[in-house]
Amino acid sequence: MRGSEPAVLLAEESPTTSAAETSRGKAHAPAVVLRGLHKSFGSQVVLDGVNLTVASGETLAVLGRSGTGKSVLLKLIIGLQQPGSGSILINGQEIAGLSLEAMNEIRKKMGFLFQHAALYDSLTVEQNIAFPLTRHTKMTPSEQRNRVQELLASVGMEADLQKMPSDLSGGMQKRVGLARALALEPGILLLDEPTAGLDPITSCEIDQLILKLQDEHEVASIVVTHDLLSAKTIADRVALLHQGKVLIEGTYQELENSQDEFVSEFMKRDS
Amino acid sequence: MSQDARNPTRWISPDAGNAPSLLVATLHSVWGLFNGFLEWFGDLGLFAWQVIRAAVRRPFEGRELLRQFDELGSKSLPVVALAGAAIGFVLSLESRSSLVRFGAKSMLPAALVYSIIHETGPIVTGLVVCGRVGAGIGAELGSMKVTEQIDAIEASGVNPYKFLAFTRIVACILVLPLLTLAADFFGVLFGWIAETLVEPVSFLRFVNQGFVGAGFNDFLAPTFRTVFFGLIIGTIGCFQGMRTQGGTAGVGLSATSSVVLSSLFVILADVFLVKFILVFFS
Repeated sequence: MRGSEPAVLLAEESPTTSAAETSRGKAHAPAVVLRGLHKSFGSQVVLDGVNLTVASGETLAVLGRSGTGKSVLLKLIIGLQQPGSGSILINGQEIAGLSLEAMNEIRKKMGFLFQHAALYDSLTVEQNIAFPLTRHTKMTPSEQRNRVQELLASVGMEADLQKMPSDLSGGMQKRVGLARALALEPGILLLDEPTAGLDPITSCEIDQLILKLQDEHEVASIVVTHDLLSAKTIADRVALLHQGKVLIEGTYQELENSQDEFVSEFMKRDS
Repeated sequence: MSQDARNPTRWISPDAGNAPSLLVATLHSVWGLFNGFLEWFGDLGLFAWQVIRAAVRRPFEGRELLRQFDELGSKSLPVVALAGAAIGFVLSLESRSSLVRFGAKSMLPAALVYSIIHETGPIVTGLVVCGRVGAGIGAELGSMKVTEQIDAIEASGVNPYKFLAFTRIVACILVLPLLTLAADFFGVLFGWIAETLVEPVSFLRFVNQGFVGAGFNDFLAPTFRTVFFGLIIGTIGCFQGMRTQGGTAGVGLSATSSVVLSSLFVILADVFLVKFILVFFS
């Protein structure tokens, strides 16, 4: 278990906790800052004033019941959806109102693992991972191949280079998706259910990979998950979304010890 | 006397009392359809603007364009050639009996060639490509949309309007005239085969007779109007695919609507373009 900050119960609008200190005690600049984020679909309010900060080298796990807007939160951060109101700062830069070209420059520094991997089904595993390399780097084909092999080895799939996504199991697709998200060595990693559908051993390997990235490359990670064991392993801090707001934010241990009825029930029952 | 017979309003429809509300409901649904139609055109305009904006910026995705050129062009060639051949064969057989009746049998090659290069070749190619390519694009992009692959492209910093839409639209624009040439060729070839089966004639003589009096404009303008067919098929296929909602049902709907709408607009465009060609190129 990681992290050392006190838990803060954030029932109503309140400033986010500072995320400038990680478990290793180092101070880091905030990589992602969300302020007063609102998002609605028609009359359905999904996010209702979310405040969060994630520092470089820090991993924040976002928990919450299904349909509470956890995936929407990630899509807002990477600009796939637009917030109703509120502010999103990536490495200090406000992304609202940015041109597509400017937003794409920011996206190159971010990796995104989709809930169902979203591999390009007309491309092989190798081509999927090389997709961002081909477009955003000046690597030669042999350099790209080496990088792809290195990434696949890191997720334990070096033997599946030429397979098509349809030939892979859900868990394998997710690992390839993670390798693709890491291709450009992003400073910010957004992971939507990275361990869902994986066996316990592979889940543990993915967790170790995230920890390794955090330690070696100081990647800021936001991990949406229902896997409490994974959250406990990788997260410096945990935020619990409830009814469109961050209900509580703190270390895993602090959430476990919370006296709040919903938090207590969630930490005991959700899995 | 029965209860019905005593009732003076017995012959009036039970719905007659609701006539005003029926009228309102009808007007409401007509307005809804009209509104949906305008909304569709508005969204199509926005989509076209996004594609045009993406098209003028680097990178130009040459490799993907070549892949689409092969995917949409080369793989459509057999079906277009077959359709052209069938039309040429049938036209030859059908025209022959009519022309013989009026003592104009010698006009058969010219009638066949004129009808194929002016109208039959371009429109048949357009409609066949609508079916094969329009459905393919609609289903492929629709499937990519519902499985978040388009989001994944966008999240990796690549503009999907350029990578997916622009490349397919340009490929459609470029391949349609070439496919039309193929349909024209196979139409004339199989027209000759049909004629030869009845009354043997050399292919060279058939072609010479067919192109007597045909100028460059007879050939160029009708063939190049298929550029507009390609624009319509590519744009509508990509638009319908990229706005897909829902799961597999949504993908099916996108494929179907791509074919129906692109066929409809190709036929409408053909009407206007024929008039345009008659005015400016005759």
